[in-house]
Amino acid sequence: MDELLSVVELETRFDTPEGEVAAVDGVSFSLDTGECLGVVGESGSGKTQVFLSIMGLLAKNGRCSGRVRFRGEDILGLPAARLNSLRGSRMAMIFQDPMTSLNPYLTVSRQLTEVLIEHLGLNRNQARDRALEALEQVGLPDPAARIDLYPHAFSGGMRQRVMIAMAVLCQPDLLIADEPTTALDVTIQAQILDLMRTLRRESNTSTVVITHDLGVVAGLCDRVLVMYAGRLVETGSVREIFYHPRHPYTQGLLRAMPRLDQVRSGLLATIPGQPPNLQALPPGCAYQARCPQVFPRCGSERPGQQMLGPRRSVACHLEQVR
Amino acid sequence: MSETLLSVRDLKVHFPVRSRGWRGSTRQLRAVDGVSFDVGAGESLGLVGESGCGKSTLGRAVLQLIPPTAGQVIWLGADIAGLDDRAMRPHRQSLQIIYQDPLESLDPRMTAGDIIAEPLRVFQPELKPEQIRGQVETAMGEVGLLPRMINRYPHEFSGGQCQRIGIARAIVLRPKLLVCDEPVSALDVSIQGQIINLLMALQEKMGMALMFISHDLSIVRHLSHRVMVLYLGRVMELGHRDVLYRNPLHPYTRALLSAVPVPDPDHERSRRRVALTGDLPSPLSPPSGCVFRTRCPLADWRCAEQTPVIEPAGSGHQVACHHWRSHADG
Repeated sequence: MDELLSVVELETRFDTPEGEVAAVDGVSFSLDTGECLGVVGESGSGKTQVFLSIMGLLAKNGRCSGRVRFRGEDILGLPAARLNSLRGSRMAMIFQDPMTSLNPYLTVSRQLTEVLIEHLGLNRNQARDRALEALEQVGLPDPAARIDLYPHAFSGGMRQRVMIAMAVLCQPDLLIADEPTTALDVTIQAQILDLMRTLRRESNTSTVVITHDLGVVAGLCDRVLVMYAGRLVETGSVREIFYHPRHPYTQGLLRAMPRLDQVRSGLLATIPGQPPNLQALPPGCAYQARCPQVFPRCGSERPGQQMLGPRRSVACHLEQVR
Repeated sequence: MSETLLSVRDLKVHFPVRSRGWRGSTRQLRAVDGVSFDVGAGESLGLVGESGCGKSTLGRAVLQLIPPTAGQVIWLGADIAGLDDRAMRPHRQSLQIIYQDPLESLDPRMTAGDIIAEPLRVFQPELKPEQIRGQVETAMGEVGLLPRMINRYPHEFSGGQCQRIGIARAIVLRPKLLVCDEPVSALDVSIQGQIINLLMALQEKMGMALMFISHDLSIVRHLSHRVMVLYLGRVMELGHRDVLYRNPLHPYTRALLSAVPVPDPDHERSRRRVALTGDLPSPLSPPSGCVFRTRCPLADWRCAEQTPVIEPAGSGHQVACHHWRSHADG
């Protein structure tokens, strides 16, 4: 398969009044054409910042370094003009909250056609036809009657469909979905996940799904990155991650999820403690304070990525003990 | 079942909503529309449903934080529906609530100690400062906070710790019923488990009953004895946890359960889903007959004309559907 995106040693830092924070710390991975990658981690693990860095959408106090190749081109730090021609046409991002990412003052039609006029040079009528087609494709009921409405007239599920329609309008090579269903109810979530599966089947778009919900990853993704405190702790195929997790954090996360399909008696397994403060990370492994298998080396030396296969890695000292 | 603490009968909460314009007509938003259930001592009742189904309104109406429009709320033998603040006071000690957003529900200008002490100062003014401090420290210990944190302010705590403060404030009066309104929705997965375990341990230790409101069906399964499924302000199904999850009788319960993703790739990809089309109808103009019929795969003419009455379906199970019998063994 062709490699669409490769990220090498990405590092993203933010200047804050309390000092510099590394939100993303040495993250490397790649993504093939047509592949679906799940990125999991808790809040503050840097999972969103990785992709905001790639898209050039960091907040003003953020800086990033490393190498990001997209379709053979180095895109990290490209000027805004060049990035703008990639964003929206070759790569697109869907955000968690569909209300705040749609402009409340513009009709849906205006917001959808803008992209097409700007990137593909269509005229208004062509753009409108294409937008209607996209709304049809994402399963918005009665698009012709709704396209001239403002976002407030749509329900949460419909807004997310509009966002997805907007993202796939120009048939991007890379679609990044940041918690696409977190704000939605489960029955609507099921509809949106079905839609994402269908779109992938039909267009072979590479997709990244950033989520804290391991259930969403299990149903949608081919491969998984697990992040903790800005670092990659484990990568592998979806079956490797769910059935043979090797990092104690991945194991803990999977155990900690209450499951609909199982009755567990007594207490839930938990991960003790809290995620670390990124401003005061201990030397060595970031997970050491919560890890049930911690040993002295974890406190002194940061574990590197141990490659267990071409696309399987774990960052844990236990790998050398095993 | 153990001794009944709470009996809710035909509870209704309607909000008047004025439509636009200076002579806009007033319509009734039926947030809770004829709900009946009991909660026994030490029991946990899970309330599930999607946003707008009335689960939070129901929780608050039970505590009289929102005045009910009609119906009865019988708490320890007395009907408290519609009591004003003064008349509710004697009952407040035994009825407490914790909220979804742990930081938002704590006063940022009060220390953790003062927040937890406030209910004691209000309801037990005879207590001396040392006694209050002693009880606050006990409550902090019970929820897993260290006594040395007593003088810290909410912003110095993490989300999980703030929720522990909220729980300490609620249990310091030793309530008999604790309403938990989405208490872990704002927390990370690794912290959710800690809070769930804490609530279960406190329940066992103190024998209090829980009304656990959540949209997360996996957590509700783990924690509840019985589960009530709400849709547009009405009860669709109510039953023992294992019976309801293993053999749901209402088509909405089936759809809801099949929509929850399971963290197991092989299982998740081979599951059959009951797909629901469309969105929740507006609660201002709910469908005639069965409120679920516009999204129900089994709906027919009867569902549009007759509102299904909630009926017993064996071993304490209740369901409100014209078609449940045809699916009873499915």
